Amino acid sequence: MADEPPVRDPGLEEDVLELPFEPLELKMGPSHPATHGTIRINLKLDGETVQHAEVEVGYLHRGFEKECESGLYYQAFPYTDRLNYVSPIINNVGYALACEKLLGIEVPERCRYLRVIGSEICRMADHYTCLGAAAMELGAMTGFLYAMESREAVWDVVDVMCGARVTSNYVRIGGLSEDVGSGFPALVRAKLAQAGTLQQDFEDLLLANPIFRERMEGTGKLSSDQLIALGVTGPLLRAAGVPYDVRRAQPYLVYDRLDFEVPIGEEGDNMDRFLVRVAELKQSRRMVEQCLDQLPGGPVDIDNPHIRLPGKKKVFNRMEELIAQFKLVTEGPRPPVGEVYQAVEGGNGELGFYLVSDGSGKPYKCRARSPSFSNTQALGRMLQGGMFADVVPTFDMINMIGGECDR
Amino acid sequence: VVADPKTPTGVEAEAEHPLVARLREGVTDAVLASHAFRGDATAIVPREKLIEVCRFLRDDAALRFDMLVDVTAVDYLGRRPRFEVVYHFYSLPLNHRLRVKVALEEHDPSLPSLVPIWAGANWLERETWDLYGIVFTGHPDLRRIYLYEEFEGHPLRKDYPKEKRQPLIGPGSPTSAGSPGSNR
Repeated sequence: MADEPPVRDPGLEEDVLELPFEPLELKMGPSHPATHGTIRINLKLDGETVQHAEVEVGYLHRGFEKECESGLYYQAFPYTDRLNYVSPIINNVGYALACEKLLGIEVPERCRYLRVIGSEICRMADHYTCLGAAAMELGAMTGFLYAMESREAVWDVVDVMCGARVTSNYVRIGGLSEDVGSGFPALVRAKLAQAGTLQQDFEDLLLANPIFRERMEGTGKLSSDQLIALGVTGPLLRAAGVPYDVRRAQPYLVYDRLDFEVPIGEEGDNMDRFLVRVAELKQSRRMVEQCLDQLPGGPVDIDNPHIRLPGKKKVFNRMEELIAQFKLVTEGPRPPVGEVYQAVEGGNGELGFYLVSDGSGKPYKCRARSPSFSNTQALGRMLQGGMFADVVPTFDMINMIGGECDR
Repeated sequence: VVADPKTPTGVEAEAEHPLVARLREGVTDAVLASHAFRGDATAIVPREKLIEVCRFLRDDAALRFDMLVDVTAVDYLGRRPRFEVVYHFYSLPLNHRLRVKVALEEHDPSLPSLVPIWAGANWLERETWDLYGIVFTGHPDLRRIYLYEEFEGHPLRKDYPKEKRQPLIGPGSPTSAGSPGSNR
């Protein structure tokens, strides 16, 4: 015989009168007014606390690698512009350096300096966008406008360098699309001074603002060990106190000749991420000014008609160069069989290109290691256990760029 | 100095990159072949040794690779073995890089997941599964990351035509009910 079911005391019924609880599931994105970038965050909320956050990416996937593998080496440059579309010249430079490493060539001095100037100008544009958007999404619309105004100033420099503000397509294998004119240094200095003044106003506006500070301080923290295990690089890792910067650790172009600091934070919270970027803006400006002082004369392109297009004057007047131009446009440069990885410091961290050559004019494999992808992976962990309102500043400081994350 | 990545070079270890030499010393039979084209140290390791190799790379005092920078694959269609999974490691304290590759046959493109060693392997391996169809055994959540679950094939394989389209648009499409991508 089974045991009799226990007689329930009606008085105990009150114990089970607790309200049923289940976490609220909230899907943020892929298009949400408080996020910039196409991404979806599936949140499980316990009241205002984030219990679990799952991040979904891929809305901007467009087959970067497949496209690159189907064209010649030099045809990939416009695609690299659209990786991190806020700092396109850094992507151009990274890809060109990978191709040049594969070919075993070095570019002339003037070209190296101009590439650094372009990269640092673009890094400034990247940071202005990140900081300005962060301010806006926390309600500080004025701050956003100051940052955008600064960004316009530095984009004017990009405009002078390559004729476009955003999609630069500036760098070539073995050189640059064009040299800059004699008025270039004066223009850059004027624009940097303009951006610098605006930046000071921007900092004064935000850093003295208690509401802004309250939302940034102590939010979105993750320990440096966790960040390293997750492969997070760039300002996020530096804000947690790890001074890793590709420009300093493994210098490329002329970074080893420039005097600059690698700013780091202590806490690794959103405020530190903000402050590290603000400090990096000043370092970038310093680097550009040093490059302008040191900028040598001479050609920007290497003198090798099998890699870089010869000048039009030669093409129109000489048979050899005409043939070389024809071969270069139709077949492209042919690197030897092999594989290389080249890293540069992008706006958000280590941007790497892994190229595999089978000896033909097309890359057999063209992989972009994107910092945004690895950084966004850490987002879910940063949000867990925090408040719902912290999702916005944390996501802002990750600075996910869809084009780079989803490729 | 271009070494053919396919030829085992176990005997000619004298010119080997010091990082690869250290790995060969630390884990027996770990390095099938190696090269250092343009200075990039590269080791090809057998699938069976991958976990042991990775733990050694992370924990050895002379290597200390604390960051898994990248995971990807290369499809050498028509060759055997067909696939290569490529890992890039970086050591923050010692400032050096190493590339490790594992060759996989077409009929069994699987290898152990590195998520237990570096948490960052999670999304990178999901991406490699999505685009190349490489199976990472022991991965906690091996789903596609860029494409939708109903997508057929793996687009970065060399036999996937670039012009092929698999549109998935509108309310009648299979994802509109019940899938993780649905709002309903």
